[in-house]
Amino acid sequence: MSPAKPEERLAAAVARLILDPSAPPARHVAVGAASPIPAAACYLVQKLGHPLRLSLLARPAGNPFTEGTRELFDLAGQGRLDLFFLGGGEIDGQANLNLVGTGEWPGRAVRFPGSFGSAFMYMMVPRTILFREEHSPRVLVPRVAHVSAPGTSPPGVFRRGAAQALVTGRCVFRFDPGRARFSLESLHPGETVDGVRAATGFEFDAGGGVPETPEPTDEELALLRGPVCDEMLPTYPEFCARVFGRKAAA
Amino acid sequence: MDPISLEAMAAGVPDGAMVAMPPDNSLPAVALAKALIRRGARGLRLVGVPVSGFATDILIGAGCVAEVQTSAASLGEAGFAPRFSAAVREGSVRVLDATCPAIHTMLQASEKGVPFMPLRGVIGSDLVPHRPDWRVVPNPFAEAGEDPILLLPALRPDFGAFHAAMADSHGNVWVGRRRECATIAHASARCLVTVERVVEGDFLLDERLAPGAISATYVTAVAVAERGAHPAAMLDEYAADPAYVAEYARMARTAEGFRAWLEREALNRPALAAE
Repeated sequence: MSPAKPEERLAAAVARLILDPSAPPARHVAVGAASPIPAAACYLVQKLGHPLRLSLLARPAGNPFTEGTRELFDLAGQGRLDLFFLGGGEIDGQANLNLVGTGEWPGRAVRFPGSFGSAFMYMMVPRTILFREEHSPRVLVPRVAHVSAPGTSPPGVFRRGAAQALVTGRCVFRFDPGRARFSLESLHPGETVDGVRAATGFEFDAGGGVPETPEPTDEELALLRGPVCDEMLPTYPEFCARVFGRKAAA
Repeated sequence: MDPISLEAMAAGVPDGAMVAMPPDNSLPAVALAKALIRRGARGLRLVGVPVSGFATDILIGAGCVAEVQTSAASLGEAGFAPRFSAAVREGSVRVLDATCPAIHTMLQASEKGVPFMPLRGVIGSDLVPHRPDWRVVPNPFAEAGEDPILLLPALRPDFGAFHAAMADSHGNVWVGRRRECATIAHASARCLVTVERVVEGDFLLDERLAPGAISATYVTAVAVAERGAHPAAMLDEYAADPAYVAEYARMARTAEGFRAWLEREALNRPALAAE
């Protein structure tokens, strides 16, 4: 088995977070268009033998919804969706997400695409895994310029859950909603605590001896490169070609 | 049902109209957007249901748009929407930021004919202070505490516009499972539908077709526009054209590049099957 690529390591790390027994159970997960690594993680969980309903929003055929694009949000509003993935142009140390932009509202300096469903999903879904490959001070900021979706809510505001973790190209952070603070859970190979601090605009906790993010097992790599890639090919052809070296049949 | 020409459909949309449109994964009426550009539409207020894509970006670039209400604007794999981003930077288009379920909920209120509907979540987002038309109120049914909840006003666009696979002899149109187009049709005062083709018969008499149909009750006009969703996909009939979008994204990085693209792809190109 050739060594794990960074994308495969990230997919395996996200899969372990999905299966975390201390988190609320994940029976139904939805994955959006621009999220091939979270999608790979969900398929890996399935192929490892765990039952998981996966609603892949970007699938060209077999879209899971028949009542229009609102059905995803209606499901989440009812609590029928257990886990969702979000990212952001900016993410701060309290897990606030900014998908609007920087500078004067609505993003006169740098405009990001917009909030999408984040302002709703982050609060309606029992757990969210934050995923952003770019780990730099411009993305991980002390305080977001604008809040698309708040990381925590005051008591009395209806909210089912919060971020479980933030996975980046350098590390995995855990989020404690009670303290509204991240702590460093593991470092990807080659990374150091000091290096991560230098690349992170917000403060976070790091205990002694932060472990390395585990490498995918041979079984996980074989699944990712085989049946997981098979499932992903129609939706993420570019990703499958780049990471798994596999082209869709013409 | 007699289809009208694409150019006649575009001529029927007055300057300043509020037009609701689906994004690139959901049957956008791109051919109609190009016809609106050819007619020189001005001051349009676009609503992205629930987000905006290619058609919105070219309308903004061509100077047709005064306001965009949307949850996001993007070209998908091809990245940020370049003319939208430039317009935000210049402040030349008013942006009303929303979040996807809020757009759906505002349209659903119109579908039901009620003045507002509540939505969970969103409280604590900076969207709320930037939307003076949205209100946070105590839940009147709460058993304990205030339980603040967001109320959203009904949104009734002047026009809904999308591209359907086909229309039948009675003016019913068929969109398959893209039911957000039905929400657009139900909620808008008038609905303009471009189609690949017109077929004989009545979709509403066919159990297989009826669930994907939108009744002619809601459809103001139909125009034939072959490949009218291009470069977006048309259900299982044709795929998206990512190379076309990528070329657009490259050219539209500058105003001059956009202009060259527009000359070539919209202004100097007669619409297909514009009867």
